[in-house]
Amino acid sequence: MHPPFEDVVRAHGATVLRVCRAVVGVHDAQDAWAETFLAALRAWPTLDEGANVEAWLVTIAHRKAIDVWRATRRRAVPVAELPERVDAGEGRDLDLWAAIARLPDRQRHAVALHHLGGLPYAEVADVLGGTPAAARRAAADGIATLRRTSLRWAGGGDEGRQDRERHGDGHDEGDER
Amino acid sequence: MTAHENGEIRPTALTARTTDALAAALAPVDDATLDGLRTLLAERAERDGLLDVAYRTVDGPLGTLLVAATPAGLVRVAFEVQDHAAVLADLAARVSPRVLAVPRRLDAVARQLDEYFAGTRRRFDLPLDLRLSHGFRRAVVEHLAEIAYGRTASYAQVAAAAGSPRAVRAVGTACALNPVPVVVPCHRVVRSDGTPGRYAGGAAAKAALLALEADGVAPGGDRGGRPA
Repeated sequence: MHPPFEDVVRAHGATVLRVCRAVVGVHDAQDAWAETFLAALRAWPTLDEGANVEAWLVTIAHRKAIDVWRATRRRAVPVAELPERVDAGEGRDLDLWAAIARLPDRQRHAVALHHLGGLPYAEVADVLGGTPAAARRAAADGIATLRRTSLRWAGGGDEGRQDRERHGDGHDEGDER
Repeated sequence: MTAHENGEIRPTALTARTTDALAAALAPVDDATLDGLRTLLAERAERDGLLDVAYRTVDGPLGTLLVAATPAGLVRVAFEVQDHAAVLADLAARVSPRVLAVPRRLDAVARQLDEYFAGTRRRFDLPLDLRLSHGFRRAVVEHLAEIAYGRTASYAQVAAAAGSPRAVRAVGTACALNPVPVVVPCHRVVRSDGTPGRYAGGAAAKAALLALEADGVAPGGDRGGRPA
């Protein structure tokens, strides 16, 4: 028995939007978001009852965001690599979104899938290819760069230092087995 | 999803802090943005024929009504006392789980309900999808439309009109399970002694609808016709 799809949109809409924004940029994320939920709506009646709905949506969102990313690039007109058109209300976060947009693809996707989408590293590896350890490293490298380059995170320095020190000491985050 | 079974869904404390800090730094996604996205989704779903059930709510003198439509027409009207979440779950199970809130798709329904409650509309002019009503109950629901605005009929009279004069109790059940109350006027079916009887929206709602229609019909009788 599947609940009304509206419940799914309300429960996971914000998470899916963050994943789309991280992969394709703030401006094109809207198209990716709509395509994600459209594909999910189509498949909703036949989704396994026990499936993790958010993980399922995050995986679709990643694929749709890449589709939008490729389509945008095919249309040429390489205006800018970074999202420039941002609604006024969202301007306060531009620095961090812009920092995410500057990350190398693999790091950006790993951060999007794990930290914004909540996928465990084993599933991030399924999506991106490679091993869970490599996925974890890509995400950690991405986070380290964000801490270095995003002003917004400068205030949270204690935690950031601790995080880096731990990595420096060879400890890992340990959520892969 | 085997990874979840291995317990990997729970990040360690450190990862969780990083994730929380990132989410906090990116700020919540505001409601206006999500509303705009949901409108975009509704447009594409309709374009692709995936909008199996659209719904919205309509505020009126009887509280908030839930109204839902399929591409064929209005499929459900529900009172607050019927629990809107339960009604939507029932629609997902009995019609399709492809259910989305799309107010625009029900603008005509909302407008006609507003006019009805304002006393300026006596007949609803809407396509109906009666798929939630079967057999004898469906026959009863179809006959209910014949009871004119401001008039009433007894359960026994409706039973006779539906071709089963002895099925008085079944008429009561059919009225209670009318999927589109107000629009299909089961409130006009009353007990033989003239008292209103039971109603899915509550006895008070039934009395209020009968009073509304009595006010709308001038003492000299039904003047007929309906305002534009």
